[in-house]
Amino acid sequence: MTIPASWYLVVSALLFGIGALGVLVRRNALVIFMCIELMLNAANLALVTYSRVLGDVGGQATVFFVLVVAAAEVTVGLGIVVYIFRARRSTIVDDVAEMEG
Amino acid sequence: MLAATRTIPDVLVFVASAAVILGGAVGVVVARNPVHSAINLIATLLGVALAFIEQSANFLAAVQVIVYAGAIVILFLFVIMFLGVDRKEQVSIEPLAGQRPMAVVAVGVVTGGLIALMAAGGWYSGAHAVVAPTDPSNDVGVLGRSIFTTYLFAFEATSLLLIIAVVGAVMLARRTPDADDAVDAPADVDGRAEDRVEDAAPGGAG
Amino acid sequence: MVAAAPWMLAFALGGFVVLVALGRRLGEPLAGWVATAAITGAFVCAIVTWIGLLSLRSRSVTITLFEWVPIGARQVKVALLVDPLSVTMCLFVTGVSALILLYSVGYMHKERDFTKFFVYMSLFVFSMLLLVLADNLLVTFVGWEGVGVCSYFLVAYYFQRESAASAGKKAFVYNRVGDVGFLLAMFFLFTHLHTLTYTAMHSRFALGAIPRAPTFIPPLSSTELTLVILCLLAAAAGKSAQIPLFNWLPDAMEGPTPVSALIHAATMVTAGVYLLSRMSFALDLSSDGRAVVATIGAVTAFVAATIATSQHDIKKVLAFSTVSQIGFMVLAVGSGAYVAAIFLMVAHAFYKGLLFLGAGSVIHGLDGEQELSRMGGLRALMAVTYATFLVGWLTIAGVPPFSAFFAKGDVLKGAWTYSKPLWAIGTVAALLTAYYMTRLFVLAFTGDPRFLKAVGDRPALRAPHESPWVMTVPLVVLAVFSALGGLLATPLDRFLSPVFYTVPPAPLSSSVSDALAVVDGVVAVAGLGIAWVLWRGRVERPELTPAFLRRVWYWDDAYDAVIGRPSTRLARATAEVVDPVAIDGAVVGTASSLRRGARSIRRLQNGFVRSYALAMAVGVGLLVAYLLARTF
Repeated sequence: MTIPASWYLVVSALLFGIGALGVLVRRNALVIFMCIELMLNAANLALVTYSRVLGDVGGQATVFFVLVVAAAEVTVGLGIVVYIFRARRSTIVDDVAEMEG
Repeated sequence: MLAATRTIPDVLVFVASAAVILGGAVGVVVARNPVHSAINLIATLLGVALAFIEQSANFLAAVQVIVYAGAIVILFLFVIMFLGVDRKEQVSIEPLAGQRPMAVVAVGVVTGGLIALMAAGGWYSGAHAVVAPTDPSNDVGVLGRSIFTTYLFAFEATSLLLIIAVVGAVMLARRTPDADDAVDAPADVDGRAEDRVEDAAPGGAG
Repeated sequence: MVAAAPWMLAFALGGFVVLVALGRRLGEPLAGWVATAAITGAFVCAIVTWIGLLSLRSRSVTITLFEWVPIGARQVKVALLVDPLSVTMCLFVTGVSALILLYSVGYMHKERDFTKFFVYMSLFVFSMLLLVLADNLLVTFVGWEGVGVCSYFLVAYYFQRESAASAGKKAFVYNRVGDVGFLLAMFFLFTHLHTLTYTAMHSRFALGAIPRAPTFIPPLSSTELTLVILCLLAAAAGKSAQIPLFNWLPDAMEGPTPVSALIHAATMVTAGVYLLSRMSFALDLSSDGRAVVATIGAVTAFVAATIATSQHDIKKVLAFSTVSQIGFMVLAVGSGAYVAAIFLMVAHAFYKGLLFLGAGSVIHGLDGEQELSRMGGLRALMAVTYATFLVGWLTIAGVPPFSAFFAKGDVLKGAWTYSKPLWAIGTVAALLTAYYMTRLFVLAFTGDPRFLKAVGDRPALRAPHESPWVMTVPLVVLAVFSALGGLLATPLDRFLSPVFYTVPPAPLSSSVSDALAVVDGVVAVAGLGIAWVLWRGRVERPELTPAFLRRVWYWDDAYDAVIGRPSTRLARATAEVVDPVAIDGAVVGTASSLRRGARSIRRLQNGFVRSYALAMAVGVGLLVAYLLARTF
């Protein structure tokens, strides 16, 4: 028997949790972005695991596309961070708090 | 071809990949310097790649390393350096009241719940080989075939998405002509007026 | 000829409409002449109608004008009942009104709102005629309300004066309280009899020639009947100023004197007596009801007479006198002497109208002075007024052979037959009547010209003048009728009896009747003599005008304490506490609590991305928790 899926899935869940915690706790926009990447990777890990145990290549194809979208997302996201930084000279997300009620 | 039995090396590889993944992840969250966070991210990504290889997704492991660790994280580092925010950040202050405890609780519930639900649901279920059966010895081929046949539309769409992302990034990062920002426009290339040499010939000034 | 009846209404209404439309343009004095002419026309129609009625055998005609209110399968029609009672009322109402309107042309000279006066007076006469001529209770009620409204307008004629505006309000409100009785009686009668028409009700009540025959079953039980009578009495008390709703009449003297003469002496205040007389068929069957009516009448006559002895304002004396005299009429109605009540009503219209117009003449001549202490010595200066007022004085005192001697005599004879104690109260009241009217005459007309003392402030008082002919002619006419009215006794009795009695009541034996007449005469002369002696040459006698009587037996104060002030407190409590706290609080409170809620929710949107992210995470956590709960 190979490594049971449960082990990898637990790792994936933990990775996701750590990434989520990082998004909520860190204040630097760039670090938050990196934590988002952690969460995406957790999803990728889970997908590949399922692909293995179910013997389906669909999981791997999905990971492929997730990778592409992650790349595009990072591109645009960092562009926005640069843009905001130019105006405010700060990457602390707490400083961009104008959309309030 | 992967052995059907769990052997010691398999377990060792798993443990190693798990350790690297989780250690790197914690490092991303905890590191004070954004550059350190980026390095830790690389570690996590490599760990994930290792897990991919262990599960016979070799092509994806390669793509992971090349694209994720090799391009995306580098992009992160570029931006960190470009903006000059590679200084240590004050991690201890938290202006929002109750943010940290509530975050821990919420994330704890979600993660714990996820694991519990998965355990209760038998970790996985579903039909086997719906799209196409995997072939551990030819994962590239099978993947390629499925991308270019079953998921062709998605493939084309994501290509378009990449183009849009590039265009968007260029638009966002472009400096407007009258921008009064810190990075000054380059000085007059031709130098001061006195220095200009009256020269009709092109390739000018000196 | 009888068909002239609706024309009475047409003339009165026409006068009103013309004055409303063109009055301002006509101005003084033409507007006054138009009103007088209209009512004189109505009087002529009344005479024509009367002559027509005399020649008819049936002595009762119903003229339907139009159908009005459909109730179920029935109709309430606007119809006129022309019978001796209504014709008698119309005759003296239109006649006295015409005289008073003529008088007003002179009295209201130089008033700012000259036309307004005649507009309302015309409307009043129309309403009064409608009240009297109606053939059913509902149309009577319309006229009833109409006269109430006109009384309000006319009492509050000088509305810039706060006392006048408030008096008008008081009159209207007291009337309204009585109207509740009228409405309840109407509802009750209609529920049980399914009709409001007098003739229909009469036939239901007086089936068979002799009521209370063994086979006769009255349409209402005796308790129900008593209830109806009491409701009608309440209405009459409100309109005719009887106990306990009489306090508005003295206050109503704030209106111009012709108003007091017409509305509050001759016509409107008699409407209550008329209503009760119209419902005589119901009264006959309710001995408890009659007892209450008669007692109220007698007591009111007595109480009002005592109050009149202590008043200092000439019009207030006459006002309380009116209350007292109507008390006599109500006593007569309760005693079953309906004809006597109507006779007294007619005579009262003449002599009380005369007295009020005479008082108005004095007030007019003395440039608005109304205090008895500042009058006196007017015999030479206002001869016609003096002479006519003298006639009126002797009449009301009950001196034979003037009209009131006979009229009041008939009333007291009826009271004697019904109840000796009530007769006694009535006789004492008659004594007091002679007393206070003599006091009034002595103070106002005889003695030293005390008004000269006030000349310093009011130079016009130096030469009081007799009134112009437009004012003195009505005085003379009314004086003649007051004096000779006694001649109407027998013809009126013959004319009106069939309306009330299928079998004429047994007359008193001549010895008893003569003895009572003698008592009446003695009482009148005694009262006159006592007052003459006590008040000749005197102005103030505090021991004879105690505060208790001057203050109307503290009746107004009692109402104020028991009803007025608690109501004001309740209203204030509602306005200051219930309204702002409960109602506004509920309304505004809903809004403000919503606002507070929204404000607290708004704090969720603090602009921090991380708290929004936290909110999402918490949401996912809740979802997972729910799934966990479901699974385990």
